[in-house]
Amino acid sequence: MINRRATLKSMALGAVSTLAIAAMGIPSVQAQNKELKIGFVGVTSGSAAAWGTSNVRSMQTRAAWLNETGGVKIGDSTYNVNIVTFDDQKDPKRAIAGMEKMAQEGIHYVVGPNVDDGAAAVRPVAEANGIIYFPYAFPKALYQKPASNAVLGMIANYQSGPAIYKYLKEKQGVKTIAFVAANESDPLSQRDGGVEAAKALGLEIVAQNDTYQNDTRDFTPVLTPIVSLKPDLLVLSGVAPANAPLLIRAARELGFEGLISTETAQDAKVLEEGAGEYANGFISVGGASTPEIASDTMKEFVDRYTKMFGEYNDESNTKVYALEYILETLKANPAAIDNVEEFKKTIDTFSAPNPYLKGDAKLSYVGTTSFGQKRQLAVPMVVNEYKDGAFQTLFVGSVD
Amino acid sequence: MEQVIANGFYLGAQYALIALGLTLIFALMNVLNFAHGQMYVLGGFITYTIYGQLGLPFVVALLASGVTLAVVGALMEKFLFRTVIRRSLREESTMLLAAATAFFFDAVILLLFGEKQRGVPKIVKGVFNEGGIIMPYDRMVVGVLALVFIAAFVLYMQYSRVGRAMRALAQDRVAAQLMGVQVDRYSMIGFAMGAMLAGIVGGLLVTITGVNSGIGGPISIKAFMMVMIGGAGVVGGAIAGGFILGMMESVGLTVLRQYGDVTYLVIFAALMVFLSIRPNGLMGKPWG
Repeated sequence: MINRRATLKSMALGAVSTLAIAAMGIPSVQAQNKELKIGFVGVTSGSAAAWGTSNVRSMQTRAAWLNETGGVKIGDSTYNVNIVTFDDQKDPKRAIAGMEKMAQEGIHYVVGPNVDDGAAAVRPVAEANGIIYFPYAFPKALYQKPASNAVLGMIANYQSGPAIYKYLKEKQGVKTIAFVAANESDPLSQRDGGVEAAKALGLEIVAQNDTYQNDTRDFTPVLTPIVSLKPDLLVLSGVAPANAPLLIRAARELGFEGLISTETAQDAKVLEEGAGEYANGFISVGGASTPEIASDTMKEFVDRYTKMFGEYNDESNTKVYALEYILETLKANPAAIDNVEEFKKTIDTFSAPNPYLKGDAKLSYVGTTSFGQKRQLAVPMVVNEYKDGAFQTLFVGSVD
Repeated sequence: MEQVIANGFYLGAQYALIALGLTLIFALMNVLNFAHGQMYVLGGFITYTIYGQLGLPFVVALLASGVTLAVVGALMEKFLFRTVIRRSLREESTMLLAAATAFFFDAVILLLFGEKQRGVPKIVKGVFNEGGIIMPYDRMVVGVLALVFIAAFVLYMQYSRVGRAMRALAQDRVAAQLMGVQVDRYSMIGFAMGAMLAGIVGGLLVTITGVNSGIGGPISIKAFMMVMIGGAGVVGGAIAGGFILGMMESVGLTVLRQYGDVTYLVIFAALMVFLSIRPNGLMGKPWG
């Protein structure tokens, strides 16, 4: 006997089966493509969320764009790019778990982690599982032999710092310099690198031991003694984007009239909201979106990012590059798609047009001078000056 | 040194206001509200949206922060904490619930307001610079407002009918109930007031220090420190704890600067020694 429940069950099963058959039967360009998984392990929550979020959103924007236009052709196959993400919460233990997850998913290319200790922690996992990873962390040991699986995703402070200080010494007459840093491994190591660079240039260092808790909200007590020393240049070593406007504002309100700079990437909107006109003249390291150098592709990237996530983050000017390098290197040597040794072989000779810069700029791997081997993305070292809500290019440098 | 003392007083005033809401909820319900910092952040983002984005007057934004958080606090008490307190005899159940709400708020705030640091236009421009003291006028306004809110809160608790009922509840819950105090009602009002204070201070300080989605946890930790110094559940203790912490921070960052970031190391070491001597803090419990 057929009762009501059995009838409903049969109807539900029938509907599901029909939908499944229909879904399988719909022809789709994307469905015919293979899937290429690229990983991200970094911080997308907590106080440093801005660092990793700009990373992962850059990857997701570029992947969606590529997939929408038919995918990426590598060798004889075309792939849709799938970004697999893991929030390590800036915790090295979770970074290890994230890299293990990437290994379990058969992923060979991972962007991140964002900080020194996380990048160091994942090294054994990456090397044991054939993963090339692209940290945004500066310890040289990650990129020098015998290490070979990490590729630095940006310009390091020990590369940009000397260039900025030299420029300011020659162009602005800077003679005295003070450093202030958060009491964490990344900012402290960046401060130490900056102090060495300043000494090498013959600048007088008037303060170098001043530090603050990274969760400090009011920087007036921190900066009061430094401002009284009246340095020509105040360096905010490794400053997080959330803290930069607060430090700038506190320094200016205390009457500081010298220059302020950092070697980390910043966001113009955050500076505008947090420090307003006090941020004018602030010098930082950016990427490729200032009008003077951005290509049409870069402008479209910014538009797509903004449409996808509601608001652009200027930190993505440097973070747009990692996924592009991975895909272009795989195109150059399709055998590297599941073999990182092939990827490493390609690094030394790789060259491709840089789509994000005007002119004939190239994508290539660098780092020989700093690391003794090519383990760094050739991201343009664009030194910016903030002015009335936007960055202006101060000068463009490069590393080798 | 005048500047260091001025910095300490300003920090103290804002810290005391942060700690007040936390200590009120602890006094009334014996609940350590780990989500206090997240409530502060939510208040900051509401003011940011209304004053910074929509361009409405700052007073409207501050009012909206307070009212919204009061509603959130009342709902949390009625539907979460009251239920758990009724069903569980273990005190740690409310702590776990508070921790869970903190993580929940963190995630919701990140989703709603994004990962970026946010700030609003200054409410008052200009900087006071006389007699060796430099103090922006907006900090002076916020400091004075913090003191006004603290005074209003203390007077309300001392002289109003609701305040007296809540103090009775804090001193002895059972006795208060036997005397006709409606425990559920005043617990909910108390929780709402604690949350409202967090929202107001978040709205006030967004004009000075901005706000971002990740600062809730650190704010809660500082609030706990102030409450530990002053004594859990005591309004005067929270105020004293706030000013002591603010002054220690300001003096430490100047006097100890050549030794690196040891100020908080010294503060934590001093706190451990202090608590081993006076485990109930300066003023201890119950409500004074």
